[in-house]
Amino acid sequence: MGVSVATLFAVMFSTVGLGFQILDNGPYHHTIGGWVAPLGIGLYADGLSLLMLTITALVGLGISVYASAYFEQSRSVHFWPLWLFLLAALNGLFLSADIFNLYITLELMGLAAVALAALSGGVNALAGAMRYLLTTLLGSLAYLLGVALLYHGYGSVDISILAERADATPVLWASLGLMGAGLALKMALFPLHFWLPSAHASAPAPVSALLSALVIKGGFYILLRLWLEIFEPHSSGAEVLLGLLGSAAIIWGSLQALRQTRLKLLIAYSTVAQVGYLFMAFPLSMGAGVTVWSGVAYMALSHALAKAAMFLAAGNLLHFGGHDRIADLDRVVQRLPLTAGAFALAGVSIIGLPPSGGFIGKWLLLQSALTQGQWGMVIVMLLGSLLAAAYVFKVLGHAFIQASVPHEPRAVPARMEWVALLLACAAILIGFLAPILLPLINIGDPFVITGDIS
Amino acid sequence: MNWDAWIPLLVVASSLLPGLVIFTLAEERIRLRTTLNMFGAISKLLLVGVMLWGVFHGHHYETRMPLLPDLELVLRAGPLALLFVSLSTLLWLVTTVYAIGYLEGSPHRSRFFGFFSLCVTATVGVALAGNMITFLIFYELLTLSTYPLLVHRGTEEARRAGQTYLVYTIIGGALLLLGTAWLYSLTGTLEFTPRGFLSELGGEHRSALITIFILMIAGLGVKAALFPLHGWLPLAMVAPAPVSALLHAVAVVKAGAFGIVRVVYDVFGIDFASALGVIEPLAWLAAFTIIYGSLRALFQDDLKRRLAFSTVSQVSYIALGVAIAGPVATIGGVVHLVHQGLMKITLFFCAGNLAETLGIHKVSEMNGVGRRMPWTMAAFTIGAFGMIGAPPLAGFISKWYLGMGALEAGQSWVVIVLAGSSLLNAVYFLPILYAAWFRKAPDSWPHEHDFGRKETALALLLPPLITAALVLAAGLLATLPFSPLEWAKLISVREFYQP
Repeated sequence: MGVSVATLFAVMFSTVGLGFQILDNGPYHHTIGGWVAPLGIGLYADGLSLLMLTITALVGLGISVYASAYFEQSRSVHFWPLWLFLLAALNGLFLSADIFNLYITLELMGLAAVALAALSGGVNALAGAMRYLLTTLLGSLAYLLGVALLYHGYGSVDISILAERADATPVLWASLGLMGAGLALKMALFPLHFWLPSAHASAPAPVSALLSALVIKGGFYILLRLWLEIFEPHSSGAEVLLGLLGSAAIIWGSLQALRQTRLKLLIAYSTVAQVGYLFMAFPLSMGAGVTVWSGVAYMALSHALAKAAMFLAAGNLLHFGGHDRIADLDRVVQRLPLTAGAFALAGVSIIGLPPSGGFIGKWLLLQSALTQGQWGMVIVMLLGSLLAAAYVFKVLGHAFIQASVPHEPRAVPARMEWVALLLACAAILIGFLAPILLPLINIGDPFVITGDIS
Repeated sequence: MNWDAWIPLLVVASSLLPGLVIFTLAEERIRLRTTLNMFGAISKLLLVGVMLWGVFHGHHYETRMPLLPDLELVLRAGPLALLFVSLSTLLWLVTTVYAIGYLEGSPHRSRFFGFFSLCVTATVGVALAGNMITFLIFYELLTLSTYPLLVHRGTEEARRAGQTYLVYTIIGGALLLLGTAWLYSLTGTLEFTPRGFLSELGGEHRSALITIFILMIAGLGVKAALFPLHGWLPLAMVAPAPVSALLHAVAVVKAGAFGIVRVVYDVFGIDFASALGVIEPLAWLAAFTIIYGSLRALFQDDLKRRLAFSTVSQVSYIALGVAIAGPVATIGGVVHLVHQGLMKITLFFCAGNLAETLGIHKVSEMNGVGRRMPWTMAAFTIGAFGMIGAPPLAGFISKWYLGMGALEAGQSWVVIVLAGSSLLNAVYFLPILYAAWFRKAPDSWPHEHDFGRKETALALLLPPLITAALVLAAGLLATLPFSPLEWAKLISVREFYQP
């Protein structure tokens, strides 16, 4: 346990170090063992990787501290190795420069995540994890097929080489379809979200937070990289489909969240909805790339912080009251003020109310949609915010009043309350840091399309 | 170091920081909490005093912080901002004293005063906002920080009222956000500018601008309780009395009305808005709300509900004054921003005193209460006569300028609305006064607390007396420098005459 928290600190320092490095020298290529691209394994870091690594380190550190108080000894011995395994996979994923390497890290991430989801035991957790396992394997398989097609078609797995060679052929479209579908499945894009609520809601709280905040983003990162480098110039309308599915996800996920009577399911459906925002960027980016992708990066960042905070807060409530029925929350605002505050602040960011990271992200997306006259998207975004407000405040409303069934409370360790609150505060604070963060994210111009030459 | 750039930020921080500290205090640390509250309120008052003095001597107070690549958070102390900020600071101080007395011995006070401070922070931010995005941020913060105050009592009824409030205000906020974002995509700036920043836009944007105006006014109208967006306000009276007082006089309702003033004057500009043809419908809507609110108030037996409908009616005077689109009516509308606040807060303080001291919640229970609580009812009487518009009280000044302004702008129908509304005000306030002073008191009050020889606790009695005195002063001393009327004249001159 101590080792893990120390590891997280080490990862954090390395990330900061990498940050300074690329801040000074621009994007960073590393060839492992000196073997260059077609033969060896390459690593690559630019502003986007840095952003993802930072989120992972930050949220990971928070979750580690939380988990150190959350798990009793018997569970703890399983949690820590799996979590560090997942962390390694995530960090590898955000640094990989070729699509096969991405596959490896993707698979590692998926397997570690499934094992973590099964950790709480019990029928629900095992059933959820089983479904999650099958889904994630199917997703990886589809992705791997896409890799094989690309390798066969263009003779390389290196992203930058592929970017140069890619052209509008059926091979490219087929691999786009396969990889897109596989990753969408892993990210639970509507209507492929069926596995998410049960897996995320039945897992232990720190694991739910990891799955929603980080694992989903891993899939998105790969899709984003491939899209920007390889597929975007030859997309032939795929972005419209992604945008439509994203819009549907926002509406459907939010409506489902609103219907839930249990807190963790509500938060899980909220993730389904929030993933939708990430996909809305694909059609919007055709007009104004950098603004849109910056907005999406901001959405991803603030969602990671806020959703982790929400799941951890839900974990506290579950620990405190022994249940997560929303209607029976019983004055938690007064009894667990820090946790209630964490949920509320995270909710503000999820809704996209100012001042918060979620607001900055939504503002950038909204701006792009408005300048392009995409009224459908404008309406979906606003509707999504309204529905999010409805489900967040549904919880908060009940948190103020006395429940009809009083229950025996169990004390929540202070560490668990503070971690949730600090993560939520971070989600709010980054609303003020856009002038600093946006230039950082754009180091190495990850969002400038390079493959237009063909 | 340039202090002028820091003072607006300090004004906002002077309630934010004590508020955040108060959240962490244990329930029983009454003395420290009270000290923090009073320290925040008084230092804010001093800072605002410095700004008033400074602006008079030609200083320019402006805080800028980057928010997005081309957007900044701007806090600026212009004349209109100062008018509203002085009102909210002054009334915050008074209401804090009142709330300390009112909530004595009740649970969850740290939470209450924490959010109370946040609420005032948001209001002051709304007042000082120098562009639309800053306004929007504080406007939403106001929505959020008021909600816990509304549901403070933690009853099922409070939860419902809070829910209704949120449904209205969050949708309103979304409309305002849409309007703002759309406007920004057309202009690339959101900076409040005297007489607006839109006049350079070409004619092809006409219909877009009309829609934006409607979106923004709808978003602001929710908080300003313009008909038909007022539904949340009468329900919101489940909140404790100090919250109602603040809500109706300075915070939520007033922020909406202030926003309308801002949007018409400093975003669209009155001439441009008139040319778009959007001002006249606003005038009609405001006039209708005035009459409608008064009519509904007539039939309420619950005192706070009657006052709530009276607010619906009175706040629309501000929108009406703006929408008449003449310099004199502008004075009337803008000065009513202050006058309505003073009068309504007095009335709500008194209603709170009646409920707290005697358990009186209904108008029908108020017989003879004037003899039991003469000071409270004296303050109530001044507030009520002010609302009716009797000279020489504050309300008379507002109505006089509104009426003159309407005649000057050639809109004599407004005078009929004003007369009708004053008549209705009299019809729903005078019976209360008659019953309180001249009817025989019942043998026992619904729920009487004993305060010894005094009629009620001093912390409850002083605030309404102070605000009632201010109602009197704002009317009698209206022509002195620094009076609300003189500021309103300054604002009007700037909007209409200065190059």
